[in-house]
Amino acid sequence: MNEQSTPTSAERVEKLQGLGSSRKRVEDVRFTQGKGNYVDDIKLPGMLFGDFVRSPYGHARVKKIDAEAALAAPGVLAVITAEDLKPLNLHYMPTLAGDVQAVLADEKVLFQNQEVAFVVAEDRYAAADGVELVEVEYEGLPVVVDAFKAMDDDAPVLREDLEGKTEGAHGPRKHHNHIFHWEVGDQAGTEKALEEADVVVEELITYPRSHPSPIETCGCVASMDKVNGKLTIWGTFQAPHAVRTVASLITNIAEHNIRIVSPDIGGGFGNKVGVYPGYICAAVASIVTGQPVKWIEDKIENLTATAFARDYHMTGKIGATKDGRITALSCNVLADHGAFDACADPTKFPAGFFSICTGSYDIPIAYAGVDGVYTNKAPGGVAYRCSFRVTEAAYMIERMVDVLARKLDMDPAELRTKNLIKKEQFPYTSALGWEYDSGDYQTAMTKALETVGYTALREEQAANRKAFEAGETRSLMGIGVAFFTEIVGAGPVKNCDILGLGMFDSCEIRIHPTGSAIARLGTISQGQGHATTFAQILASEIGIPAEDITIEEGDTDTAPYGLGTYGSRSTPVAGAATAMAGRKIRAKAQMIAAYLLEVHDNDLEWDIDRFQVKGNPERSKTMKEIAFASYNQAIPGLEPGLEAVSYYDPPNMTYPYGAYICVLDVDVDTGVIDVRRFYALDDCGTRINPMIIEGQVHGGLTEALAISMGQEITYDETGNVHGGSLLDFFLPTAVETPVWETDHTETPSPHHPIGAKGVGESPNVGGVPAFSNAVNDAFAHFGLTHTGMPHDHWRVWKTAQGLGLTG
Amino acid sequence: MIPGAFDYHRPKTVDEAVGLLSSLGDDATVVAGGHSLIPMMKLRMAVPEHLVDLQDLDDLKGISVSGTAVTLGAMVTQNELIASNALAQACPIIRETALQIADPQIRYVGTVGGNVANGDPGNDMPGLMLALDAAYELVGPDGTREVRARDFYDAAFFTARSDGEILTAIKISAPPAGHGWSYMKQKRKIGDYATAAAAVVLTMDGATCAIASIGLTNVADTALFAEAASAALTGSDLGDAAIAEAVAAAKAITNPAQDGRGPAEFRTHVCGMMVQRAVARAAERAA
Ligand SMILES: Cc1cc2nc3c(=O)[nH]c(=O)nc-3n(C[C@H](O)[C@H](O)[C@H](O)COP(=O)(O)OP(=O)(O)OC[C@H]3O[C@@H](n4cnc5c(N)ncnc54)[C@H](O)[C@@H]3O)c2cc1C
Repeated sequence: MNEQSTPTSAERVEKLQGLGSSRKRVEDVRFTQGKGNYVDDIKLPGMLFGDFVRSPYGHARVKKIDAEAALAAPGVLAVITAEDLKPLNLHYMPTLAGDVQAVLADEKVLFQNQEVAFVVAEDRYAAADGVELVEVEYEGLPVVVDAFKAMDDDAPVLREDLEGKTEGAHGPRKHHNHIFHWEVGDQAGTEKALEEADVVVEELITYPRSHPSPIETCGCVASMDKVNGKLTIWGTFQAPHAVRTVASLITNIAEHNIRIVSPDIGGGFGNKVGVYPGYICAAVASIVTGQPVKWIEDKIENLTATAFARDYHMTGKIGATKDGRITALSCNVLADHGAFDACADPTKFPAGFFSICTGSYDIPIAYAGVDGVYTNKAPGGVAYRCSFRVTEAAYMIERMVDVLARKLDMDPAELRTKNLIKKEQFPYTSALGWEYDSGDYQTAMTKALETVGYTALREEQAANRKAFEAGETRSLMGIGVAFFTEIVGAGPVKNCDILGLGMFDSCEIRIHPTGSAIARLGTISQGQGHATTFAQILASEIGIPAEDITIEEGDTDTAPYGLGTYGSRSTPVAGAATAMAGRKIRAKAQMIAAYLLEVHDNDLEWDIDRFQVKGNPERSKTMKEIAFASYNQAIPGLEPGLEAVSYYDPPNMTYPYGAYICVLDVDVDTGVIDVRRFYALDDCGTRINPMIIEGQVHGGLTEALAISMGQEITYDETGNVHGGSLLDFFLPTAVETPVWETDHTETPSPHHPIGAKGVGESPNVGGVPAFSNAVNDAFAHFGLTHTGMPHDHWRVWKTAQGLGLTG
Repeated sequence: MIPGAFDYHRPKTVDEAVGLLSSLGDDATVVAGGHSLIPMMKLRMAVPEHLVDLQDLDDLKGISVSGTAVTLGAMVTQNELIASNALAQACPIIRETALQIADPQIRYVGTVGGNVANGDPGNDMPGLMLALDAAYELVGPDGTREVRARDFYDAAFFTARSDGEILTAIKISAPPAGHGWSYMKQKRKIGDYATAAAAVVLTMDGATCAIASIGLTNVADTALFAEAASAALTGSDLGDAAIAEAVAAAKAITNPAQDGRGPAEFRTHVCGMMVQRAVARAAERAA
């Protein structure tokens, strides 16, 4: 009676919801019900609040800090200044880039909204009132806001704390406001090749200062338990273990006595990688008061004081033959790092992976040089939804290829196709030394062009240009093509570390007796859906349904050591560790199954969710049965239990790529742009969860739209920051966001255990040049070579005006 | 983003509210929907010690339309302006303008009275009220008075309303049936104030424009009634020359600040474009 039909293989695969399944995100149940647990949701008994007094000046001497009135205000308990931190040697903290950053201004402020004093009070209202009451006397100093003037002879000295230091973390400094020079490639050879080229184009391409602007700002709750000497910090950390190690190094608290927990994080996009003064001040305040202390930034503080992104001035030069073969590329970058070098790059790469700037093209020789400078701006320079400096590189090369196309009078898509690295060239070593793992660029490009009907679009554009000429329309059609290659998954320990910590990642799996499991990883989701996708990787590896696998991240007391989540590294590195740990589980499971079935290990084969005897599939043991056996059978030569851990050091980076096409219309009378169509083809290797990939692409494209059309943080000549609130800073809503058309090809990474490459950041990397190229393309026939971002209304109108189109 | 300390008062009648304002003096501010005031308080650009909340004042609620006589209670929300069919029938430009304010969440709470009383040149309703020649009813310790919108705005955040007065209603004499209308606003994104906006109301007499009236938003330190521009259209055939003259006259009275929306030159230019497009649309709609 209770006879059950044996499930078919297809049904068993379906039940696992493993690789390739568009399984719904398990996180969304709590997020959509408002039941997430973010750092500001944490409430501890006796918890105090901290808030910052910030500098109104971009550059000034701090003459005097008078906290008397603040301390007299109800509820205010303490006002901490640099003077209080000095005895603890905590008034400066190391940055991830080998510089130091003032925790609280030491005699001088270097950017507007810099942290000057930390007010600790019984609640956040009292803290805010206390902030108003702290009186600080300043003496204004001349500011440096233009990176191009930072190294003038008479430029004011910004970093007096570095006085006389001619050697920085990345080699010699040639000026008091110079941070580093970094270069790669054959400069002399490239110069020569450029001289010999039939055509050369050169353009200054600026990628304006932007900000990752996660919806949830940065914050933490620090709690020092004076009984057991343990410091716990819950916070918005994209790299909890790295934070623990840094915290231990700077506070001298033993690492086992520090526990870092990242609860739910409301978006990071690179903004939450670094260590901020708020974390240190909250920890100090908790140590001093013996009470937990919460610090949460507001939106303006987030936009103006915690890590910005980009601010790269890139002078690109491309040489090519008459018929459009690129023969050489050089790029010199002036990098504006703000007041402290707080980039979050692997230590040996002060300009990140900018040298991916040869892009998707087979360029025989190249050179890239980057100079970092200090200015009176907020520190940062993080990878905003991209791998380190990869969006900058992709923007430069993708704009430059368009500039070259204009010069050659060639179609930009055709020029790209002609220079793409060919399938048979992979693995391909670029002129600047990267080994691209796999790709089939031509197929992707052809598919993209055919799907959008590229030829017909160009015909329509020709007709539009005629109509414009004839005065029949005031709207210009632009078509933007971008073909990008990302470099993600940092990275191999041999060349990637942050402050000496190798950039491997980890996964630890424990199978429970009844056949469900928990896996802990060194990464931390900020919306990427790790709890969903990592369970899928494991489901396919060990034959336990994804829904029976808990994924846990973010608590350094329980998770294995890892370097966190940014730079699309989670799937390439921790995802690989997950697969490898899963394989260890399976290897042991095979021995257990052999014992149970009384056959030799080698007589078994793996089939979806079980081991079966070769040639006799009716004799099998499912993973569930094996799990139970591992807990209740004394198997000779095997330890009980079923657990595994893997630390994965990737042999190489992964190289996702894609072909994006944007079609838009520009109203020359108002500068208003209407994005009519956006097509994104991504190849991220093996696709773990197509629905999550699509979601990631939608989000990344929306940020690309935001950056290219309106996100900008600027400083006026007196050092005042502009764009530092959501009144001006462009965060698109559903209304501004066009419909995204997504597509894919699938070229697995040959060196990744499951062939996955990472996708979260591709759409930002490829999206920005596609938008910008489309805007530039709309005006190309009037001789425009380059107009910069953001393409907001007034700049677009100015461009039209400059070309004499506004009448 | 945390306001200073304040006391909260919630009167039940207009008299009680006016009484509170008199007794509390300068440190008291009325709050309606709070969607302009509270952000200012969070930035501590406004630090009132007493907030007098108007939301229980039933006399300030409701829309009445009788023929061309329209009265909007000050506490009518921006969403109610959109929802009212009677209002859309009598004076459709009000719905069109309200739909371009911020986003639905804000419009459910923000009021029309707050929007016109605020005195921010970025608000959309003042320019419209100038075009419609609306009158505001103010009640204070000395009784009730009416001030024309065209006499109300002195400078940014300075109006003819004295601190002790409450704006209770907006009175509009709707343009005759068959009039043309348009509110054109250029903004960077949803929830943004105008780069420039124009309200245009036209009444046609055959092929001739009998009456034209133009209000401008966010191109000076107050909303502007574009008198010369209106005059340029009145009596004209709304041909290219007349429109060009109106556009030039409108641009001539602007004096926008440079801000994130662009330099002054651009905002003045956009103002001209909005006038041009709004006149064209209003002309299309006029019977
Ligand atoms: C994100 C955002 C976007 C916005 N975008 C726009 C936009 O595009 N266009 C636009 O027009 N507005 C916009 N607003 C403002 C919004 O429309 C406000 O609701 C409106 O400006 C004020 O109305 P309120 O009822 O909220 O008034 P409150 O904020 O309560 O009050 C505003 C001011 O008016 C005074 N006041 C209010 N009512 C009275 C009264 N009856 N008598 C006397 N004084 C009174 C108050 O004392 C205060 O000084 C936006 C607001 C936000 C937060």
